Amino acid sequence: MHGTTVGYTRTAIGLHWLIALLIFAAFPLGVYMTDLPFSPMRLKLYSYHKWLGVTVFMLAVLRVLWRLTHAAPPPVAMPAWQRIASVATHHLLYILVLAVPVSGWLMSSALGMQTVYLGVIPLPDLLARDKALGDQLAILHKALNLSMAVLVIAHVLGAMKHHFIDRDVVMGRMIPFLASRHP
Amino acid sequence: MNKTAIGLALTAGLLLPYNLLAQMDTGRSSVVAISKQMGVPVEGDFKRFNAQVSFDPAKPAQARASVEIDIASFDIGAEDYNREVRKPEWFDAARFPKASFVTTAIKSVGAGRYEASGRLTIKGVSRNVVAPVSFRAQGTQQVFEGVLPIRRLHYNIGTGEWKDTSLVADEVQVRFRIVINKK
Repeated sequence: MHGTTVGYTRTAIGLHWLIALLIFAAFPLGVYMTDLPFSPMRLKLYSYHKWLGVTVFMLAVLRVLWRLTHAAPPPVAMPAWQRIASVATHHLLYILVLAVPVSGWLMSSALGMQTVYLGVIPLPDLLARDKALGDQLAILHKALNLSMAVLVIAHVLGAMKHHFIDRDVVMGRMIPFLASRHP
Repeated sequence: MNKTAIGLALTAGLLLPYNLLAQMDTGRSSVVAISKQMGVPVEGDFKRFNAQVSFDPAKPAQARASVEIDIASFDIGAEDYNREVRKPEWFDAARFPKASFVTTAIKSVGAGRYEASGRLTIKGVSRNVVAPVSFRAQGTQQVFEGVLPIRRLHYNIGTGEWKDTSLVADEVQVRFRIVINKK
């Protein structure tokens, strides 16, 4: 798979699914934990959520760097509007996968709760403690997450449309075992 | 509480002969507790406290100090957390509204450095502690600073499931700055 046009590299595929898995853990965790009463469980889940976010951010940086140095496979034939929608969705997803953790990090800083990765590595606080700003960043974090959820749904539906309706190779390029079943 | 009251009364009595019942500069003084939640340092400060200090750098052996802290004034930066830490599991502020530190002996351990031994009372538990204190004269003011590490479990702060020190570390740093206006 050294070519630039055949498909995604194994690294790109691995990063895609690893990031997806972590987001599918961090997102519901984030929704659930905010409603919990003050308890050891709440503290633990907040920490885990932040650690997941930091991990997603680091993997996303790797993924973007990889993408910039390893071209994605060329698009399959499709109407122009679909092509535009697909490019836009992918770009926005890349931006959000980076922006969501950063907004959470900023929010934590402003609320005076530093992020300490895995309980060991302290991340610098980028903002001074400011409750009002922290509350606004919390709203931003939520809004970015909802946007990401909508885009992920569009992304999944788009992939399924390519696989089940167009019956092309698009979905198989990210799910190698599917590719072998399609001509 | 009675013991504290007696201790304070005695201290006040001891201070009087020196005629140095100095007034604390509330704006420049602070008492901050720094705990660690899953590796994350969390700062809270006591908004209301008072200190009485009688101190002559030339005669540290005759120095006296007492600090009384209004427990309910603890501010960790978010009102919902403040309410939690006032509950019986933590400070039990309703039953134990005051914490205090009353010196029993002060000795010089170097230029501008002292060790203040005394009784620290929090949540009804009194223990002997030794606080490292630095001193400097600043115009008409005396500035005393230091960090006293304590173990929260010695004072039953965080009971039940909160005893778990992997969640909230046992060691808590109490960082203080007491600024006294000299007459």
